Amino acid sequence: MPDATGLELVAQRVRAAVSDDAVVSALHAHGSATLEVAPGSVHDVLEHLRDADEEPYEFLASVHGCDYLPEEPRLGVHYQLLSMDRAERLGVKTRLGTDDPGLRSVVDLFPTASFQEREVYDFFGVEFDGHPDPRRILMPEDYVGHPQRRDFPMGGEPVLFTFNEHKLPRWYD
Amino acid sequence: MEVTRSKVEGGHSFRSRQLKAQQMLRGDLLDKDLEEFVEERLLLTKFEDAQNWARKNSLFPLGFGLACCAIEMITVIGSPRNDLARFGAEAIRFTPRQADLIIISGRVSIKMAPVIRRIYEQMLEPKWVISMGACASSAGMFNNYALVAGVDKFLPVDVYVPGCPPRPEALIYGIMQLQDKIQGSPHQGWRERYRSAGTEEAQGDANVIANAEGAEGGAERA
Repeated sequence: MPDATGLELVAQRVRAAVSDDAVVSALHAHGSATLEVAPGSVHDVLEHLRDADEEPYEFLASVHGCDYLPEEPRLGVHYQLLSMDRAERLGVKTRLGTDDPGLRSVVDLFPTASFQEREVYDFFGVEFDGHPDPRRILMPEDYVGHPQRRDFPMGGEPVLFTFNEHKLPRWYD
Repeated sequence: MEVTRSKVEGGHSFRSRQLKAQQMLRGDLLDKDLEEFVEERLLLTKFEDAQNWARKNSLFPLGFGLACCAIEMITVIGSPRNDLARFGAEAIRFTPRQADLIIISGRVSIKMAPVIRRIYEQMLEPKWVISMGACASSAGMFNNYALVAGVDKFLPVDVYVPGCPPRPEALIYGIMQLQDKIQGSPHQGWRERYRSAGTEEAQGDANVIANAEGAEGGAERA
């Protein structure tokens, strides 16, 4: 785990290698280091972190989505990187708005991202450009909506029990 | 039924019965003696009752788990502690082609429902369904966008076992209720309450099937 100073150094190296506005902020909190990057440069930043001469992070441990309602921009996508040699973890996150959210897929860098990007697409509706198989993964193919967004209705249906059957339509009559 | 035990009589009686059987086999027992011998050894019942009795005491549950209820289900059908063999249902089959009881043990997602329906259709008639636990019966605490609220939407359920998860004793009791139902004394319970008796899926009536096949065969011949 890079400490706060180490994280600033990582951010500086990323800015130097990719672009000045690639890194939005570097956050070190609760013992975990996170780089917040601009949505457009996620692919380049991950590529740099994977192939860097100094302190590379060669393993993508997890990709997941998040909905920060009511904050704006609402959606977030998190990439958890791991260095096996140094046993160090680094989070990379990016924030997206809900209208037509899209990112460049990182499957070409980390093949493991394939299923996880499909899951983020399935539950949060973030479309990954360049993904080899951009389908839903958990919900049925013909499902409408992205159910883990916070403004998505909970769903479910009323079930007939003895305590509520006088309120619900008596389907058996 | 009242059961009384009497002390087994001494070796003399057994020996005399043995001799009588030998006589019968040799053809030495005649008329009244022969009739008496046959009467002593006959047990009369209806064929249907005997068939149902055999069915209920040789249930083959499908080893099919869906969620956390599956753990309880496995301890019931697979462990000597609960010993379902006492009730004649210990032969677990892991293929639907050889099973006749499916225990829906756990939550059923919208994507899983057609799979379960297909497994159910692969089972041979006669077949029975137990809906085990709150999730299978009503989606329980997971009543949300992903689950089917109640497997009775796509399967004809015979017995519902409540609980989260049900204790093994509860499931065993459910299986015994199912055995009563198979024997022909169904506890109509919820069917009576909701006036839905007689809506069970048709259990292949031999005449109906024969007529249908005859009609098809006739059409082909014509």
